[in-house]
Amino acid sequence: MTLPQLFFAYFAVSITGLSLLVVTRKNPVHGVLWMLVLFVHIAMLYLFLNAEFLAAIQIIIYAGAILVLFLFVVMLLNLRVEETERRFQWSWPVGLVAAGGYAVSLIFILVKITVFPQPGHYTIEKMQTEGNLMIIGKVLYTKYLLPFEITSLILLVAIIGAVVLTKKKQE
Amino acid sequence: MPGTFIPSNYLPIIIICIFATIIGLSPLLIGSLLRPRRSYRQKLLPYESGNEPIGEPRYKFSVKFYIVAMLFVVFDVEAVFLYPWAVAYDKLGIFGFVEMMMFIFILLIGYIYAWEKGALDWE
Repeated sequence: MTLPQLFFAYFAVSITGLSLLVVTRKNPVHGVLWMLVLFVHIAMLYLFLNAEFLAAIQIIIYAGAILVLFLFVVMLLNLRVEETERRFQWSWPVGLVAAGGYAVSLIFILVKITVFPQPGHYTIEKMQTEGNLMIIGKVLYTKYLLPFEITSLILLVAIIGAVVLTKKKQE
Repeated sequence: MPGTFIPSNYLPIIIICIFATIIGLSPLLIGSLLRPRRSYRQKLLPYESGNEPIGEPRYKFSVKFYIVAMLFVVFDVEAVFLYPWAVAYDKLGIFGFVEMMMFIFILLIGYIYAWEKGALDWE
């Protein structure tokens, strides 16, 4: 086993274990806090894929901002343990279907890249010489212009949705 | 070939993470090994000026916190999109500038909307 494989094995096992910890905790706050460790591990995995910017974003956005949002929602609802068990007991078939669909698509991708391996345009050497952010900037703002502009609309919807939901009674 | 890359520049960060974990966990571990464990009901009660505690320690948060967190996430994402744009600015030219102005303008509409609706006031 080489060193990169060793690192990957550690991250794969710990991400799986941490995900299980997140969904099996009785106390939702504990689940969210395990999610913090999970997000940091996923960021490390990005680092090993030579995606430094993505790793930084994973820490800043997910571990920094979205986790706080999750924590607020958990504390806003303030569910007791018995309540959560009764209310969310039925939802496991939905989760099974979603996870099954995800697993099937993952297997498809895995088969595709092992049977028809396509070397990517952006090799590790190119990324190292030109810089991670530079390449992302050049591709994102030229080739993926439309998705980028659509992102702003999605964010706009998020702002308006949050304002409408929380600021109902305005005289 | 994928999976053969080692981010060796990040070795100091990993070492810091390991040290931080050790420093954080060792007082807890040493404490749990050394301290006597003689607990009874009164000792485990949360301290509340000598009174018996009433009700749940957790209470419902105001929804005001949620809107602030939500707005923070949105503008955090906006700031993230500015990073690669700023780095690749010279290569993108005026086209990239106009594009980013459109992006910021659309979010500015949301910002003004939130402001007008009083979402930023803490009454």
